[in-house]
Amino acid sequence: MLEHYLSLATKAVFVENMALAFFLGMCSFLAVSKKVETAIGLGTAVIFVLAVTCALNQLLNEALLKEGALSWLGLGNVNLGFMTFLVLIGTIAAAVQVVEMAIDRFSPELYNSLGVFLPLIAVNCAILGAALFMVKRDYTFGEATVFGLGSGIGWAIAIVAMAAIREKLRYSNVPEPLRGLGIAFIVVGLMSVGFMAFSGIQL
Amino acid sequence: MASKEREALLDPLFNNNPITLQVLGICSALAVTTKMSTALVMSAAVIAVTVLSNVAVSVIRNHIPSSIRIIVQLTIIASLVIVTDQVLKAFVFDISKQLSVFVGLIITNCIVMGRAEAYAMQNGPMLSFVDGVGNGVGYAIILMAVAFVRELFGSGRLFGMTILPLVTEGGWYVPNGLMLLAPAAFFLIGVFIWVVRSFKPEQVEEDFHVGALLEPGHEGGLR
Repeated sequence: MLEHYLSLATKAVFVENMALAFFLGMCSFLAVSKKVETAIGLGTAVIFVLAVTCALNQLLNEALLKEGALSWLGLGNVNLGFMTFLVLIGTIAAAVQVVEMAIDRFSPELYNSLGVFLPLIAVNCAILGAALFMVKRDYTFGEATVFGLGSGIGWAIAIVAMAAIREKLRYSNVPEPLRGLGIAFIVVGLMSVGFMAFSGIQL
Repeated sequence: MASKEREALLDPLFNNNPITLQVLGICSALAVTTKMSTALVMSAAVIAVTVLSNVAVSVIRNHIPSSIRIIVQLTIIASLVIVTDQVLKAFVFDISKQLSVFVGLIITNCIVMGRAEAYAMQNGPMLSFVDGVGNGVGYAIILMAVAFVRELFGSGRLFGMTILPLVTEGGWYVPNGLMLLAPAAFFLIGVFIWVVRSFKPEQVEEDFHVGALLEPGHEGGLR
């Protein structure tokens, strides 16, 4: 059992890296990866929110959206599957809001370092992407939590590495039209090549 | 057509392209570009959602309290994406299967949100409609261009029709496997930006400025 979870986590972190293999969360990935410090902040927030929302969405999917999920209400033949997107994004937006308030209340230091990034995360495609993958692959609650955590860690590793590279990149002489966004894309491409080395690894 | 509308339509195509200049909507775009057919369907879906959400948001823009505008926009967009998804499932089931989660990810596609927030909230329905078409097509152009290169050199085909006969099928072309993998999409977009900016030097950034828009606390940021 543990082995299964470990394999799932490794896969989510390295092999199916949200940012580098599925291009998810690219907008904030490119925009907030200029400084390592901010990248770490956003990365941590993403790990946190991904783990929470992925687990939460799994429960909701199981209890409300799946085919025949409403049979506990005596509505076995009602299929709310078409509502999936709306429920998922609603949960994510609400969870982000709650997480933000909870952190603010219980750990002001953490809030000061993460809080500013939280609203940004509600529309990060990596979060919704993970939720959709979770629905598609029919994960159990345990698997969904591990998957969310793993994807978050993978995304965080990618953005911190990217920020570190871009900090160094400032000292290099890039051809003028390629400066900024252009070179950023090429660097992400090279990182993605690097991460491909993990493909095929199984635990 | 009035000049303002023409500008709203044509500006996003090259001068202010959502992908190469505004850095919007890269998230769900790149993964669908290994084939022309999936890219075409994805482009059509994004154009439809952008246009409709722009019009819808613009019509009710004066009634949306600004404190909950993000949620309102998100709900409108999510509903439109649900409709799009159902339509795709009904008419092009195979391709909708291949697009898998990426249709749903149109919800968080920053082009849709970005245009609703930045344009439709300030302008009338007619202008917003035109702006939606312009930005959707601007996105489609890049998507189709990337897909063209990837499918042609990656598998020697266009829209599934053989253009360069592969060695494995008795032809002469050895396919470039890298084109079908994730990194190629990044490289291609990087190169596109390079080409566009070589012809339009005014787009060159001295310092990467898009970050400022996304930096927290910036009112009207892209999010």
